[in-house]
Amino acid sequence: MQSAGFPWLSTLIVLPLAGAVALVFVKGSLVRWVALGITIANLMVALPLWWLFDPGSGQMQFVEHVSWITSPPIHYSLGLDGISLPLVLMTAGLLPLCVLTSWQAVTTRIRSFMITLLIMEAAMLGVFMALDFLLFYVFWEAMLIPMYLLIGVWGGPNRLYAAIKFFLYTLTGSILLLVAILVLFFYGGHTFDILALTQVSYPTSLQMWLFMAMFAAFAVKVPMFPFHTWLPDAHVEAPTAGSVLLASVLLKMGTYGFIRFSLPMLPDASRAFTPMMITLSIVAIIYGAYMALAQVDLKKLIAYSSVSHMGFVTLGLFVSNLQGIEGAVLQMVNHGITTGALFLCVGVIYERTHSRLIADNVGLTKPMPQYATFLVIFALSSLGLPGTNSFVGEFLVLAGTFLWSKGATALASLGVILAATYLLWMVQRIAFGVPSPHHLPELKDLNQRELATLLPLAVLVFLIGFFPNPLVSRMQTSVTKTIDLMSRTRVAPSTQPSAEHGPAAPVMTVHQPLTQEDAR
Amino acid sequence: MTFSGADLLAILPELIIITAACLVLVFDPITPFPRKDLLAWLCLAALALCIGFTGGQINILNVRVTAFSDLIVIDAYARFWKLLLYVVSGLTILMSMPYLKAERLNLGEYYGFILLALSGMMVMVSAADLLTIYLGTELMSLSLYVMAGLKRSEPRSLEASAKYFVLGAFSSGILLYGISLLFGVAGSTKLADIAAAVGTRGLGDPILVMATILLAVGFGFKLAVVPFHMWTPDVYQGAPTCVTAFMAVASKAASFAAFLRVFVEGLGGLKANWSMLFMLLCVLTLVLGNVVAIIQTNIKRMLAYSSIAHAGYALVGVVATGRGVGGSGSTTGLASVMLYLTLYAFMTLGAFTVVSMLRKGGLEGEEIDDFTGLAKRQPLAAFLMLVFMVSLAGIPPTAGFIGKFYVFMAAVEADMTWLAVVALVFAAVSAYYYMRVVMVMYMRDPEVSTVESPHLVTSPALSIVLACAVAGVIVFGIYPNPLVSLATQSVLSLK
Repeated sequence: MQSAGFPWLSTLIVLPLAGAVALVFVKGSLVRWVALGITIANLMVALPLWWLFDPGSGQMQFVEHVSWITSPPIHYSLGLDGISLPLVLMTAGLLPLCVLTSWQAVTTRIRSFMITLLIMEAAMLGVFMALDFLLFYVFWEAMLIPMYLLIGVWGGPNRLYAAIKFFLYTLTGSILLLVAILVLFFYGGHTFDILALTQVSYPTSLQMWLFMAMFAAFAVKVPMFPFHTWLPDAHVEAPTAGSVLLASVLLKMGTYGFIRFSLPMLPDASRAFTPMMITLSIVAIIYGAYMALAQVDLKKLIAYSSVSHMGFVTLGLFVSNLQGIEGAVLQMVNHGITTGALFLCVGVIYERTHSRLIADNVGLTKPMPQYATFLVIFALSSLGLPGTNSFVGEFLVLAGTFLWSKGATALASLGVILAATYLLWMVQRIAFGVPSPHHLPELKDLNQRELATLLPLAVLVFLIGFFPNPLVSRMQTSVTKTIDLMSRTRVAPSTQPSAEHGPAAPVMTVHQPLTQEDAR
Repeated sequence: MTFSGADLLAILPELIIITAACLVLVFDPITPFPRKDLLAWLCLAALALCIGFTGGQINILNVRVTAFSDLIVIDAYARFWKLLLYVVSGLTILMSMPYLKAERLNLGEYYGFILLALSGMMVMVSAADLLTIYLGTELMSLSLYVMAGLKRSEPRSLEASAKYFVLGAFSSGILLYGISLLFGVAGSTKLADIAAAVGTRGLGDPILVMATILLAVGFGFKLAVVPFHMWTPDVYQGAPTCVTAFMAVASKAASFAAFLRVFVEGLGGLKANWSMLFMLLCVLTLVLGNVVAIIQTNIKRMLAYSSIAHAGYALVGVVATGRGVGGSGSTTGLASVMLYLTLYAFMTLGAFTVVSMLRKGGLEGEEIDDFTGLAKRQPLAAFLMLVFMVSLAGIPPTAGFIGKFYVFMAAVEADMTWLAVVALVFAAVSAYYYMRVVMVMYMRDPEVSTVESPHLVTSPALSIVLACAVAGVIVFGIYPNPLVSLATQSVLSLK
């Protein structure tokens, strides 16, 4: 494990926070530029991690470990593995785009808006990097207020309802997570260290309760089928940058929670709940797709498509084989890129016609050829066309599902077909046809700023689509390790604890420095 | 009974406060009306002296001094609460100065009453004898009755005072009845003697059960837990805002301090009995406080119900204390209660300070709607209110989260996970009404048609209070270590 050296991860968190403070004192006309500069600087800090990361190691890397609260022992402990690295890079990469897309769209209180965005960035990155369960929870909750403000202050006409609905849903879900964390603390050897807690074998009945408590938090965030109703409201009312963050990053926190906590910590319960989780995933895939078919509002359509696509992610996670989980992690990144880009596209057109209705935005190919090209690219990526990023992820998920059950695969594939239906139909209506004459003067093609927001994502779509290997190879070891952790008790529950995962020595092997420090 | 110099030295802080109170009352008639602030500064000087005196003893935390034949005990526990009470009283005085001026209530005796109430509270936290506690309680309550009715021209204030007085006197009677029963059992009102008598009598003794219930009811009124909370909304709403803040924070803290000492030191043998009782009260308080707060439109009333609810969270820690297995469980439970009330003090004082600043056409702006669009007109104040509301809702990284975290941790440790779940569910409910304040401040646009839009009156004194409160909320939210270790150490002195 490499530690010491440059505190990359703390820099990633501190830089946006310091930037948020600096923004208070910046001259009004410069606010946008400074915010852009800070987010780009943060991306520049994040990018080297891609090459510095050692793909062969299943350990946490870039670890930082400082005592925070002494009693009970809570640590400010950060680290990255192959699962969190892509998500951190994706988050850092999306923020400059969010600033860019809000350049003109946000007219009121731009300073507060940028400050809120930067605080969000720090909290979101913190969620993916935290190695202490309580630290994770602090970041997880700290993100609620900025997001609430983002929707409620800068949102659409029905923003108050959407904001409070988002807030209460996610808060109610996550409070049970806090109880689960506390219970784990007392059962897992009086520590909040995620890696140490992962090594402990918990009684099966306890695992069931803990799983349900965590499920409440993560399933709301994903959102899984019966808990998804906040999503369309929040997406529709949020400003473009808010929708992008919501779809690309916040939803990933739920699935990240499943893969980081539920699967490795509670393997027995995860297995017991697998049929339920897979059923809910498939219902989400099909239901979300059907709902998307019926939407007349672009943002709502993409919101429901998110429900459907996130169903693939949870499906891949809970078939719990290498292909499934790898596909799921890949799909988390892909969905972040593609859906984020689609929301950016909606933002572009909304700035021109001030309507998100499909009916108001028809026939854009003629007046806006570049825009139409991007829209088609991202729509095709979203429906999983070979050669685009989503194809790789969805294929892996379906391949993993096939090993688990052929029937489930057939049902899930239905989602792919439906995705093609609603996305192509949307493209057909928006790109082709005759634009309404009174919108025509406003339909100018992309300017350079908008081009700059969409182009990087389009490049990524094809880059991951054609060369998924660099990404997959970085996550492979970590995914394998998660699967190993999951299968540990299936072999021999109590009689023969293997040297690495034995409950008798829960922390000794994997996380050496922590153990020594805790032992003192 | 004889006094010695050592006895008087032990209660030096109390003597300083009472002397200052008397001086205020003496100087009040000869201080010209515009210069009543001088009296406030006199009080602050006395408080600073006391902070220096008690704070100087913080290094010798474990030294336990008894005085007046064991009627008074000054241990780490008492010192902790006294320091909190000094700080709260100081901040209340600072926030009162501009408020009283704006309300044209600039009465010198107000400051005297604050100090008298404070001295009562100080007696409560360091008394080791039920009657001494009773005397402290009465001194505190009598001062608060008068302070609640300070707005003599306003019927609501008078109603608050009268209601508070009648119910307070009634509860004092019940408390006294409980004390007399315990005296009958133990032959003494000293907590140590009562603890010994409880040890010999055992759990099932009907007189002890009766006395426990009566004491719980008596303290329940002071703590404003359901179902003894009826006076709270009316009194909090009617009383001048600075008095409300003082009641919600200082009187609650002192009552909790005395209550814990009585039930842990005196009736510790009856843990199993009273923890059942408080579990019931705790759940009732959480449910009613949070649910009724949702429908309030007056912010002072809403904060009143919120303070009821917060007493419920603190009770979670008390229940954990009672149910804790072995020594460590009860220590963390008690420490969590102390921590909770300290952190609660900062956020509640801050919230009430913002409320007291809001003026609408020469009157107080007390309706939640009066906060509409505050973020546009006064962004800094709105942001501070946001921080206080977020903290009251218990969302990290604020002090409110740290407080709740330790309380729930104590509950889980005492094997009361279900209670933590119930409390957390109602914490989510509470987020709704706290966020509603944020919503009107940030997300609603003010109507332009109103004659005079509500605005905030600022002053240097208020800025100091707000700075202290927000610093407390954020610093302890991010780095609670010193406070946690102080609370944990202080609890150890409680036997």
